[in-house]
Amino acid sequence: MTPRGEVRMVPDAAPVSYHGRPILKQPVWRREVPLYLFASGLSGASAALSLGARVRGNQVLARRSLRVALAAISASPPLLIADLGRPERFHHMLRVFKPTSPMSVGTWLLAASGVTTGAAVGCEVLGILPRTGRSGAVVAGVLGPALATYTGVLLADTAVPVWHEARSDLPLAFAAGAAMSAGAVASAVTPMRRSRPARRLAAGAAVAELLAMRRMRTRLGDLARPYANGDTAELTLAAEVLTATGAALMALSRHRSTATVAAATLLGGALCQRFAVFSAGFDSARDPQATIAMQRRRSA
Amino acid sequence: MAECHPVGFQWVMEAKERGAVVIHVDPRFTRTSAVADIHVPIRAGTDIVFLGGIVRHILETERYFQDYVVAYTNAAAMVSEDFRDTEDLDGLFSGWDEEARTYDQSSWRLDRDGDGRLVLDPSLQHPRCVLQVLRRHFARYTPEVVEDACGVPRALFLRVADALCDNSGRERTSAFCYAVGWTQHSTGVQYIRTAAIIQQLLGNIGRPGGGIMALRGHASIQGSTDIPTLFNLLPGYLPMPRAGADADLDSYITNNATPTGQWGNMRSYVVSLLRAWWGDAATADNDFCFGHLPRIDDDHSTYATTMGMLDGEVKGFLVVGENPAVGSANGRMHRLAMANLDWLVVRDLAMIETATFWKDSPEIETGELRTEDIATEVFFLPAAAHTEKDGSFTNTQRLLQWRHKATEPVGDCRSELWFYHHLGRIIREKLRDSSLPRDRAVLDLRWDHPESGPRREPDAEAVLREVSGWDAAGAQLSSFDELRDDGSTACGCWIYCGCFAGGVNQTARRTPGSSQSWVAPEWGWAWPANRRMLYNRASADPQGQPWSQRKAYVWWDATTGTWTGHDVPDFARGKLPDYVAPAGARGPEAIGGAEPFVMQGDGRAQLFVASGLVDGPLPVHYEADESPFANALYPRQSSPARQTFRRRHNEPNQAPDEPDGGAFPYVVTTYRLTEHHTAGGMSRFLRRLSELQPEMFCEVSPALAAERGLHNGGWATIVTARSAIEARVLVTDRIPPLRVQGRIMHQVGLPYHWGGRGVSTGDAANDLVGVVLDPNVHIQESKTATCDIRPGRRPRGTALTAMVDEHRRSQGMRR
Amino acid sequence: MSAIESRAPSRVGFFTDTTLCIGCKACEVACKEWNELPATDMEFTATSYDNTAALGATTWRHVAFIEQRRDPTTAGADGTHGMRWLMSSDVCKHCSNAACLDVCPTGALFRTEFGTVVVQQDICNGCGYCVSACPFGVIDRRLDTGTAAKCTMCYDRLRADAQPACATACPTRSIQFGPLDELRRHAAERVEQLHGRGVSEARLYGADEDDGIGGAGAFFLLLDEPEVYGLPPDPAATTRDLGAMWKAAALAAGALVAGVAAAFAGGRR
Ligand SMILES: Nc1nc2c(c(=O)[nH]1)N[C@H]1C(S)=C(S)[C@@H](COP(=O)(O)OP(=O)(O)OC[C@H]3O[C@@H](n4cnc5c(=O)[nH]c(N)nc54)[C@H](O)[C@@H]3O)O[C@H]1N2
Ligand SMILES: Nc1nc2c(c(=O)[nH]1)N[C@H]1C(S)=C(S)[C@@H](COP(=O)(O)OP(=O)(O)OC[C@H]3O[C@@H](n4cnc5c(=O)[nH]c(N)nc54)[C@H](O)[C@@H]3O)O[C@H]1N2
Ligand code: SF4
Ligand code: SF4
Ligand code: SF4
Ligand code: SF4
Ligand code: SF4
Ligand SMILES: [Mo]
Repeated sequence: MTPRGEVRMVPDAAPVSYHGRPILKQPVWRREVPLYLFASGLSGASAALSLGARVRGNQVLARRSLRVALAAISASPPLLIADLGRPERFHHMLRVFKPTSPMSVGTWLLAASGVTTGAAVGCEVLGILPRTGRSGAVVAGVLGPALATYTGVLLADTAVPVWHEARSDLPLAFAAGAAMSAGAVASAVTPMRRSRPARRLAAGAAVAELLAMRRMRTRLGDLARPYANGDTAELTLAAEVLTATGAALMALSRHRSTATVAAATLLGGALCQRFAVFSAGFDSARDPQATIAMQRRRSA
Repeated sequence: MAECHPVGFQWVMEAKERGAVVIHVDPRFTRTSAVADIHVPIRAGTDIVFLGGIVRHILETERYFQDYVVAYTNAAAMVSEDFRDTEDLDGLFSGWDEEARTYDQSSWRLDRDGDGRLVLDPSLQHPRCVLQVLRRHFARYTPEVVEDACGVPRALFLRVADALCDNSGRERTSAFCYAVGWTQHSTGVQYIRTAAIIQQLLGNIGRPGGGIMALRGHASIQGSTDIPTLFNLLPGYLPMPRAGADADLDSYITNNATPTGQWGNMRSYVVSLLRAWWGDAATADNDFCFGHLPRIDDDHSTYATTMGMLDGEVKGFLVVGENPAVGSANGRMHRLAMANLDWLVVRDLAMIETATFWKDSPEIETGELRTEDIATEVFFLPAAAHTEKDGSFTNTQRLLQWRHKATEPVGDCRSELWFYHHLGRIIREKLRDSSLPRDRAVLDLRWDHPESGPRREPDAEAVLREVSGWDAAGAQLSSFDELRDDGSTACGCWIYCGCFAGGVNQTARRTPGSSQSWVAPEWGWAWPANRRMLYNRASADPQGQPWSQRKAYVWWDATTGTWTGHDVPDFARGKLPDYVAPAGARGPEAIGGAEPFVMQGDGRAQLFVASGLVDGPLPVHYEADESPFANALYPRQSSPARQTFRRRHNEPNQAPDEPDGGAFPYVVTTYRLTEHHTAGGMSRFLRRLSELQPEMFCEVSPALAAERGLHNGGWATIVTARSAIEARVLVTDRIPPLRVQGRIMHQVGLPYHWGGRGVSTGDAANDLVGVVLDPNVHIQESKTATCDIRPGRRPRGTALTAMVDEHRRSQGMRR
Repeated sequence: MSAIESRAPSRVGFFTDTTLCIGCKACEVACKEWNELPATDMEFTATSYDNTAALGATTWRHVAFIEQRRDPTTAGADGTHGMRWLMSSDVCKHCSNAACLDVCPTGALFRTEFGTVVVQQDICNGCGYCVSACPFGVIDRRLDTGTAAKCTMCYDRLRADAQPACATACPTRSIQFGPLDELRRHAAERVEQLHGRGVSEARLYGADEDDGIGGAGAFFLLLDEPEVYGLPPDPAATTRDLGAMWKAAALAAGALVAGVAAAFAGGRR
C-alpha cells in the first residue's frame, strides 16, 4: 500500500517507528490515581449496597455500608488533588461541567455523592433531619453505581491503546471490582448474620471481575501485551490469585474472622487490579507498535 | 550550504522548484545533500581531480562556449616558450626553487607584442595557446583517474559533467557555490581556480544564473576583507606597502598598479584613502602622508604570528571576536603560544576558552601548563553584540546592509567602534606632546567622529560617510569614477565609494522585492557602484547584444549609445562594443569594447594565471599534507609550495611527502553543524542552541564502526600526532566508505565547535589538526588529515600525552 | 485586539511541506525564544541529528530526522549510494475534533477565534487528562509550572496581527501559515505537482476532514508512512467513541445494581 516510487528502501527488520520512540505521551498520573479508582469504586458500590440493604430492611448492613462509602469518598478528593500539577487550583474543576470530559462528570459525581453520603451519615449520627438523611442515602445509593463505573470511561477516554480499546470492558471490570470491594469491606465490618448479602456480593463480583478482565484481555488481542509482561504481568497475576483466593475464602467463610481475612484478600485483589490496569496504560502508551497496531486495525 | 547558509539556501530551494538541478559534492551526505538532486560523495582533498576531470571532459568533448572563450578569456593567448608544465617536470612547473620552496614566475608569462598587448591565436590551434596548454595539462584527469583518486564512480562523475555542460551555453547558465570545503586545503586557492576554469569554458561568468559564489563565513566576513583585518591589505584590496620596495607613493604605484584596466586608476584610490585618514595633514607636498602607512616585511598572518608567540617574538596579542584556542588549527599549540605572552586582551561576548586557557585548558589537566607558571597578563573586555550597535554587514554578494541598534548593551559591554575610537583618543592624548617622528602617524590622523549619549558612542553613520567619501567641498561622492589623485577627494574605501551618495545611507534601503525589478537594486547597496553582478558586460556577446533573450542582462543600446540593462553595467557607459584601445593607452581606456573583465589588465578572464599565484599558473592535484594515499597523478606527493611549520607541537602524522604508513589509516575531515557557530562562543553558551547538538560527536560509517568496535551512542577516541580527543559516536550511512585506489577507505567526520566552556562542552577537534597552509592566502588545511580512531573515552592527565607519544612512535616518528 | 475586532478571522493553520525542509531547526529555536521555553534536553541521543527527541511541554516544534538507505544490493547503477534523509518539523495539530480540549475538565483548553486550540495557563490545574487524550503525543505537563503546555499557534502574535514565530523563521517555506482552506487547496496542488515530477510517495497527512480528528489545523506533506516520522497512522479523537463508552458504563452500572439486587435475592435478608 506504500507508493514508494523509485526509491525502494530496505524493508526494516524491526517494525517501523521513529527511532523506536513512543508516539504517545505516557500518562502523567501517579499512584494516587489507581488508589482513587479503588476508593471511588468502593464508595460507589458501598452506597449502592447500602441502599439495597435499606430496601431489604437490613439496617445494620445499610448503615455500616454507608459509613464505608463515606470513608472511601472522603479519601477520594485528597488523592485526586495530590495528583494535580497545581493542587491549589483543584477548584477549577468546578468552573465548568463538561459531558465530554469524564473527569468533569466524575468530579461533579464525586461532589454530589460526597455531599449526599455525608449528609446521610451525618443526619443519622447526629440524629437530626431524618428525612434529609434518608433522601441523602437514597441519592447516594443511586449515584453509587455511576461513581463506581465512570472511572472505566475515565481511562478509556484516552488515546492509550490498552485503555481505549478496552472501552466496552473497563467499566464492567471496574464495576465488578467495586462491588467486590464493597462486599468485602461490608462483610468485615458487619456481623455475620447481617452480612450474607455482602459476602455473596463479594464472592460473586470477584468471579465477575475475573471473567471481565479475562474477556477484556481476549478482546484486546495483541494490544493486551502489557498484561503479560513485566511489572504489569506481576500485578495482574497477583490480582487474579488474590481475587480467586479471596472469593473462595469468602464463599466458604462461616466466621467473621475468616470473612475478614477473605475481605482483606479481595481488597488486595481489587487494588492490584486497578494498579495492573493503570500500569498497562503506561506500557501501552510507551510502545509505538501498540499505537500503530490499534490504528492500522481500525482502518483495516 | 543548507547546513551553514540556511537562509541563503532558500534561493537554491526556489531555483530547484523552478527546475534547477542541484548537485552536492561532499564527503558526507548532509542537509544539503538531503534536498539535492545528486549527491557526490568524494574523498576529502581530491576536488581538483574531480573538477579537473570536468575541465578535461569539456575540452575533449568540445563542449566549451567557443565564442565566449575566444573573446572573453585568455584562451587564445600564447604561453611563453620558457614555460614547462607539470607534465614535463614530474609535478612541478618551471621556475621552482627547491631551496627557497618558491617559484620564479617569470617563465609563466604570456607572449606580448611591442605595445604590450597579448599575442592571440583566435583559432585556438597553436600548441602554445592557453587552450592547448590546458588540454595537455588536464589530459591525465580522466574519468578513470577521478574514480580511482576521488572514489567517485565513473558513471556518477559523467552524470555531473554532462549536467553542467547541458546546462550551459547561450540559453542556460550554471552556478558554483563553495565555501570552506574547498578553501581549507594546502591547495585551496587552486580548487577555486579549477572551478573558475570550468565557468570560463562554459561561459558562466558575468551572466545571470552563473558565477562562482563564495559563501562567506561570519556575518560580515566579506566586509572584513573589503575593509580588511588582514595584515597584507589596505581597504579596497590595495596592497599593504612593503618595507624597502614601496618607499614612497610613486614607487608603490609603479610596483603595484597594473597600468591597463581599472587598476590603472590606483593612485586616485590611494590618495583618497590617505586623505580620508589623515585629512588636511595629507598634502601633495608630504606624499599625502604615505610615509605614515606601516610597511610589511614578512608573513604576519595568523599562524605565523602564533609561531612568533611560541618563539617569544610576539609579546602581546589582541583577540577581537575570535576564539583561537578552539577555532584555530592546532588549538593546543595556540594555547601553548598564548602562555608565552606578556599580555593578552580578549574582547568577546562570552568568557571563551581563549580568555581562560591559563586556568582550564586541557594542558592544565595534562600538567603541560601550570597556572602559576603562566606569566601572561590576561584582560577580558566584554563586547556589545550586533544587536546592540549600529553598523553594516557586507554579504557574499558584496551587498551592504545597514543594521540598526535594537537594544543598549548591558553593563560594561561596548561596541568595537567605541573601543577603537576611545582607544585612539586616549593614545592621542597621551602622545599629545610627543615630538617623535614615529608618533606623527597617530597624531596627524583625523580622529573626529561625532560622539553621542552618556557613553560617548561614536556615530557609525559618520564612519560610513567617510568610507563612501567626499569631495573638496565636503559633498558626498556618488562613484569611484569621481576619485582624484590630487588630494581633492577623500574616500575610506574606493570600492565602497557611493554607498552614502547624496548624503543618504544607501545601505539602509529596504524596498521590498515585490516593489522593484528582479535585480532588486533598491535593497541595500552593492559595491562597486551598486552593481549586483560583476563583469556583467559578459552577459552580452562581443557586439553588445544578449547571448540569448532568456539570459539578457546588460546590453549595448545603439540608439542612445550607452550600455544599459537590468543592472548597473560593469563597463564604461559609452564605450562602443567595437572600441579598440589605441596603442599606449593606459587605465580603463586600454580595455577594448569587447573585453568585459575590466579589473584584469587585459580585460580578459584568466584561464591561465601568468602571475599572482605562488603555487602555479594552473591547478594541480597534490595529496594533502597528510593522506593515506600516494598521489596517483604525479610523482610529487604534496604541494611543493605549501607552508608547513615542522616543529614541536606541530608534528605531522607521517613522513613528509609520503603516504601514511598505517598508524593513522583514516581520513578525518572537520566541519560545521547548523546548530552551532564556529568556535562556539555564540552557540555553546546558549541553552536553546546547545540542546540541539548537546555534545561533541564523530560521524562514522557502519563499516568503520564494525572495523573498530564503535557503538552508536558510545564513545570514541580520535588520535593524531598532535593530540587525542574523545567524542560520542554517531554511526551513520551518511559518511559512506569509498573505494579509492582499489581499496575501501573510511572517513571520520568531526564538527569543530566544541571546547571546554559553556553550556555544552566537549573536546576540540582542532587539537587534532596540524598547521599546514595554502601558500597564497595562508589558510589552514583543516578539511583533510589522517587519524586513528578507537572505541572508548580518552585517557586523562599525563596518560593522554603518553598515549599520543606512543601512537606517534608506532608510526616511526619522534618528537 | 484590532485584528479580531476589524474582521472575523477565518480558521488559520499550518501546512508543513517536508519536501522543503532542510532541518535547520530555526523553527524549534524561534518557538522557544518567542515563548520563553526552557531548553531541557542536554543529552546526545545518537538518533541522527535529533537531540530533542519529541514534542513536549517545552518543545512545541520538533524537527524529526530519518536516515534511510536504499537496499545496498540494488544501489549503485548510477553511482549514487541511495541515501535519503527525511526531515519534518512537527507541531500540535490543532485538531478540528481535539481530544485534549474535549476531556479538559477545567475549560483551560479552549478553541480560539482563529480556530486553534490553546491552554489558558491561569486556568489549567495540571490534571493531566489532556496528556493521555492527545492521539499525537503532543501536549504534556511542565515540570516547572505544573500546567499542561503545547503550541498556541502563537496566539499572542496572531492577536497582534503577526504570524507565528516558527513560520516566520523558516527559511525555505517548509512551514506555511495561513487560512486553512487556502492551505488545503495549495497542498493538494503541491501533491499533484510532485506526483507529476515522479515523487509518487508524496502524500498529505491530516488534510482530510473526514479523518478521525475531523482534519488537522496543522497538516503535513510527507514522503513516507506517518509512523516513520513518529506520527500515528490513523489518529482519532478518543472522544469520538464517548457515546459508546458512556453506554458501556451505563450497562456496567446496571450490572452493578443487578449484582447488588442478586446479593439480596432469595432467602434471608
Ligand atoms: N550554522 C552555521 N553556519 C555557519 C557557520 C557555523 O559555524 N555554523 N560558520 C560560518 C563560517 S565562518 C563559514 S567559513 C561558513 C563555512 O561554510 P561551509 O564551508 O559550508 O562549512 P563546513 O561545514 O566547514 O564545510 C562544508 C563541507 O565541506 C565538506 N568537506 C570537507 N572536506 C571536503 C573536501 O575535500 N571536498 C569537498 N567537496 N567537501 C569537503 C564537509 O563535509 C562539509 O560538509 O559557514 C558560515 N555559516
Ligand atoms: N578544524 C577546523 N577549524 C576551523 C574551521 C574548520 O572548518 N575546521 N573553520 C575556520 C573558519 S572558516 C573560521 S571563520 C574560524 C572561526 O574561528 P574563530 O573566529 O576563532 O571562532 P568564533 O567562534 O567564530 O569566534 C568569534 C567570537 O566572536 C565573538 N563575537 C561575536 N560578535 C562579536 C562582536 O560584535 N564583537 C566582539 N568583540 N566579539 C564578538 C563570539 O562570541 C565568538 O567568541 O575557524 C576556523 N577553524
Ligand atoms: S545566522 Fe544569519 S547569516 Fe547565518 S544563515 Fe542565519 S540569517 Fe543568515
Ligand atoms: S494534536 Fe493533541 S494537543 Fe494538539 S489539538 Fe490535537 S489533541 Fe490537542
Ligand atoms: S492538564 Fe490542564 S489543560 Fe490539560 S486537561 Fe487538565 S486542566 Fe485541562
Ligand atoms: S506557532 Fe508559535 S507556539 Fe506554535 S510551534 Fe510555532 S512558534 Fe511555537
Ligand atoms: S525552519 Fe523550516 S526548514 Fe528549518 S527545520 Fe524548521 S521547517 Fe525545516
Ligand atoms: Mo569562516
